[in-house]
Amino acid sequence: MSDSAFLLKSIIDKVVADVRLLPQEAAMLFEEVDLLTLGALANLKRQRLHPDRIVTYIVDRNINYTNICLSKCRFCAFFREEGAEGSYVISREELAKKIEETLELGGVQILLQGGLHPGLKLDYYQELLEFIKSRYQIHIHGFSPPEIIHFARLNNLPVETVLERLLAAGLDSIPGGGAEILVDRVRREVSPCKCSSREWLEVMQKAHQLGLKTTATMMFGHIETLPERIEHLNLIRQLQDKTGGFTAFIPWPYQPGNTSLISRPAASGFEYLKTLAICRIFLDNIPNIQASWVTQGAKVAQIALNFGANDLGSTMIEENVVAAAGVSYRLPESELIRIIEGAGFQPRRRRMDYALL
Amino acid sequence: MQTNHDISTKFSSDLTESFLDHRPSLDPRLFLDPDLEPIYEKVLIGKRLSAEDGLTLYQSNNLLGIGFLANLVRERINGQDAYYVYNQHLNYTNICRNGCSFCAFSRREGEEGAYTMSLDEIADKIRSRLDEPITEVHIVGGLNEKLPYSYYLEMLATIKRIRPKVHIQAFTAVEIAYLAELSNQSPAETLLELQAAGLGSLPGGGAEIFSSRVRQVVCPKKLPANEWLEIMRVAHRLGIRSNATMLYGHIETLKERVEHLLALRQVQDEYGGFLAFIPLAFHPHNTKLSSLKKTSGFDDLKNIAVARLLLDNFAHIKPFWIMVTPKIAQIALSFGADDLDGTVIEERITHMAGGETTQGLPQSELIRLIREAGRCPKQRDTLYNLISEEGAEEAQGHNPSLQPVSKT
Repeated sequence: MSDSAFLLKSIIDKVVADVRLLPQEAAMLFEEVDLLTLGALANLKRQRLHPDRIVTYIVDRNINYTNICLSKCRFCAFFREEGAEGSYVISREELAKKIEETLELGGVQILLQGGLHPGLKLDYYQELLEFIKSRYQIHIHGFSPPEIIHFARLNNLPVETVLERLLAAGLDSIPGGGAEILVDRVRREVSPCKCSSREWLEVMQKAHQLGLKTTATMMFGHIETLPERIEHLNLIRQLQDKTGGFTAFIPWPYQPGNTSLISRPAASGFEYLKTLAICRIFLDNIPNIQASWVTQGAKVAQIALNFGANDLGSTMIEENVVAAAGVSYRLPESELIRIIEGAGFQPRRRRMDYALL
Repeated sequence: MQTNHDISTKFSSDLTESFLDHRPSLDPRLFLDPDLEPIYEKVLIGKRLSAEDGLTLYQSNNLLGIGFLANLVRERINGQDAYYVYNQHLNYTNICRNGCSFCAFSRREGEEGAYTMSLDEIADKIRSRLDEPITEVHIVGGLNEKLPYSYYLEMLATIKRIRPKVHIQAFTAVEIAYLAELSNQSPAETLLELQAAGLGSLPGGGAEIFSSRVRQVVCPKKLPANEWLEIMRVAHRLGIRSNATMLYGHIETLKERVEHLLALRQVQDEYGGFLAFIPLAFHPHNTKLSSLKKTSGFDDLKNIAVARLLLDNFAHIKPFWIMVTPKIAQIALSFGADDLDGTVIEERITHMAGGETTQGLPQSELIRLIREAGRCPKQRDTLYNLISEEGAEEAQGHNPSLQPVSKT
């Protein structure tokens, strides 16, 4: 056996023996192992964590309170400048209507996210949360780290204070968006105005310390290198070791569509499954991995259940950001159930904290 | 069923064993379960799988295990190669007397959207793409009783006149049987006449599912299964190669799928004339079966893999990306498939049934998909002669003379 084959075998053996992989081992596994073996290893990890063959999903709605954003990320097709045609800030009536529709459809959560608006102060968001909580029994999964950092800067407040005030006003958990790739070389290229890698991680650490659960994401398949992709995973894994506050990890491929980032084709289904599998294998301390049917479609999302994913995310009663980039898969709950059962799993609704409903 | 049930103990018990001398990955212990192990034993020694094995595979939820087995056979036959063809599709008419319930393409004479291409239109379509290195024109159409037999002969001759070196893969067994009826000749006489006019090989469509129970429901007027198979036998005996298909994901049972595959395997044993097997995923939209759902990705991949395992005498298994999406077709290259078909410009049949894929994938995209899947792209002609490794060179215009296939 050649040296590299021997090394690869030892890495595979480590995964089978449930031993944590080093970043360079994950990179080697990604580059040199075949798709089926990666899938089998991820599947093994997934079965150890979820032996009951349940696949979960949540009934919720994305509500984007504004599309006005200072960040102007090069991969984003959703944002507008203030005053530009099509720019908006959601009204209370609209917000109430969207939440009521969500509750009627059996929704238990809203994902409340928006652009980095230059004029809305922290009071606005506190009042927004209080408005919702005083009227509706619904989980608010809101404000990704770039928004939290933006609020801190705009209001001249420490991150902790922003988090404490939002928590007091009714925030239940924080979505893991805006992580993109947590390597500043990459961030400077694709999202120069967005928070730094350190800031993103700091928000999550402080949120976890305050008892807020969060998810984590990765947007891959643009200008990052494989070691940078793995570095992203490593930073998430390190923080999770400290706090244990991440409930799930969601890798999704960059969608070129209507965006201005260096043109390159979207990651293929093959690349997606390999990346998903590596996430499941490497992130041994994160309980749940979500498949992205919004970017991959129902067929690949279903296959992903054999490549490490144990969750199909949200039914997304409404989704705007990916749709703005020209990708708009739609899946009613009945379809989610059908693809889960079709792959031999039991579908279950869940909450943000992955408690089954 | 639990896969990888006791894998840790299996591994720790014999970690020193040098099972990975050549390939550090694709270790059977990562993939097998008690249901698949006996099938693995057969696959290892190249023993033919039974109908029961086929059913076991279809009923298993161990997708990676099935893929692993199919990949063993795929790499044994085709190594790391993945083929594609630069082709042009031509659906000359959608007027059809059969009116199959799974078809969104067919129209009655005079119905809105009904069309028939004149020979001049066909000539224009061929001429409009003369600057492209097309090696195959792929022709399928409805059974339009207004068209005379001469139309078909002239269609072939016209195309050959404009593009002499192109290979024409035209007319499913259903159309051949119809043309024999139309010309009052035997299928063999008809095939020879069409061949003289320019026909190179036959597409594999119209097979649907051979089960007469299913055919009575979904395509009662279509050529019966035994006659479809007989046309293929006649063609193969004359040295005219063909493809084979199976339309899955409607009202057929898994057992009926297995029976279909084994019927194809039997005919292939006789003359070896089938080039490739192409599973066709049913698209319900706009059909009389529109209450049914689209096939799932799981079913698409499983079907490719089971076909690869049961059809041990077929060289090639081809997912039709138009139907299963390019993403699934690419992933299928690890589940038994070795051919991504072609650039397929102007395919109309699937798109009228709600196929959401683009109508054509450029050659560069096909090559990229194949490379990303870790396979070697091979541009082929219809008969699987290589055009070039990269697809970068101009097509050489291969049109090898058709050799009768020896009986195996």
